[in-house]
Amino acid sequence: MHEWALAEAIIYTVTEIAEREGFREVLSVNVKVGELQQVDLETIKFALTQLKRGRLEKAEFKVDTVKAKLKCRVCGEVWDFDKSKLDDEVAEAIHFVPEVAHSFIKCPKCGAQDFEFVEGRRMYIESVGGVR
Amino acid sequence: MLDPRIAVIEHRLSQVNNIIAVSSGKGGVGKSVISSILALVLAKKGFRVGLMDLDFTSPSTHLILGVNDVFPEEREGVVPPTVYGIKFMSIVYFSKDRALSLRGQDFSDSFLEILAITRWGSLDYLILDMPPGINDATLDVVRYMRKVKFIIVSTPSLLSLSTVKKLLESLQTSRVEVLGVIENMKMENSSSIRGHIGGTRFIGEIPFDPELEKCLGKVEGLLSTKVSKELEKIVDKMIYHNV
Repeated sequence: MHEWALAEAIIYTVTEIAEREGFREVLSVNVKVGELQQVDLETIKFALTQLKRGRLEKAEFKVDTVKAKLKCRVCGEVWDFDKSKLDDEVAEAIHFVPEVAHSFIKCPKCGAQDFEFVEGRRMYIESVGGVR
Repeated sequence: MLDPRIAVIEHRLSQVNNIIAVSSGKGGVGKSVISSILALVLAKKGFRVGLMDLDFTSPSTHLILGVNDVFPEEREGVVPPTVYGIKFMSIVYFSKDRALSLRGQDFSDSFLEILAITRWGSLDYLILDMPPGINDATLDVVRYMRKVKFIIVSTPSLLSLSTVKKLLESLQTSRVEVLGVIENMKMENSSSIRGHIGGTRFIGEIPFDPELEKCLGKVEGLLSTKVSKELEKIVDKMIYHNV
C-alpha cells in the first residue's frame, strides 16, 4: 500500500494550504497523478477518505491520471510510456521511484537513456477549494 | 501545481532523533565505508539506526555491508528491511543495481520520492551516505532535512583538503552544524589536515587499513578493522558530547 503514503502526503499538504488560505472547510481537491507512478486510483481515493479529518472532513477528492510522455535529450524523440513493454518487477520499481526508469527504458529511436519526463511523472495538487 | 511530497517529509522523520550526513569534497576518501561502519558501530552499541545511501548513481553501501536479497516491505509506504541491526535504504532496491544516470531534477525527484514513502519509525540515528562534493544531494539534504548535522571525511591529501574547505564554507553559509572532520587513510608519513580546517572540530583520524578490502561484504570482518576501532572512539566522543 504505497498509495497510502502518497495519500498522507496529499492530506498534509492540503491541510497546510487550508491553514495558509484561511479555509474553514475544504470542499474540493484536484489531484493529478503521473502515469509513470502507476498509482491505483481506487486505493488512493479510499486512503484519502480514511485519512481526511477536521477541516478536510467534507472534502471531495478528484484524482486523475496524466499520461506519461518521455523525450530523448539526444535525438528529440517523444514517446509514450508503455507499461505493457516492461516486466512486472521493473514496472513495480518504477512505481516506487519513477526515476529508475533511466535504468530500464531507452529511447525507441536512438537507444539513449538520457531522456526527460515531459509530463506524467509525478503527483501534484492542481487546486484546492473551500470556504473561509 | 503543489508537490505533496514535501509536506510529508518532516512527518516521516519526526521520530528520528539525529540525522548525520557523512560527506566529503572529493570521491574515494572512504565516506561509504565510514557511513556503513559508523551505522554498524552505533547499532552494536544498542542504538536504533538507519542507513540511507544517497549516492544514487554510484551506490556502494549494500556491497560494503553485503546486503542481498532483501526488499522494503510495502506497508502504508515502504519500510526498510533491517540488516545487521540497521534499517537499510538504498536505490538499488529499485534500480536493481543497474546503471542509473540522473540529472539534477531527477536526483531531487528520486530523493523526495524515497523520503516521502519511507517509514523509518523511531530511530536514534539516521546515517546518510552522501555522494561527493557540493551538489544536488547536499543542497536537498540541507533543504529538506533541517535537523541534519554533517561529518566530513578527508584524506591527508591537499587535493581532498582543498575541496573539504569549500564544503565547510558552503555548510557554514547554510548554517548547518558540522560535527567535525575525520581524516581517513592516514599513513605514517602523511601530513595531517588537523590545523587546516579553521574552527571546525577535528574528531579523529583513521589509519589506512590494507585489510579492509577483504572485509567488504562481511560485517564481522568490518567490525574488526582499524576503521571500526577508530570509529568506536569517535562514536564514544559523539555520545559524550550528547550528539
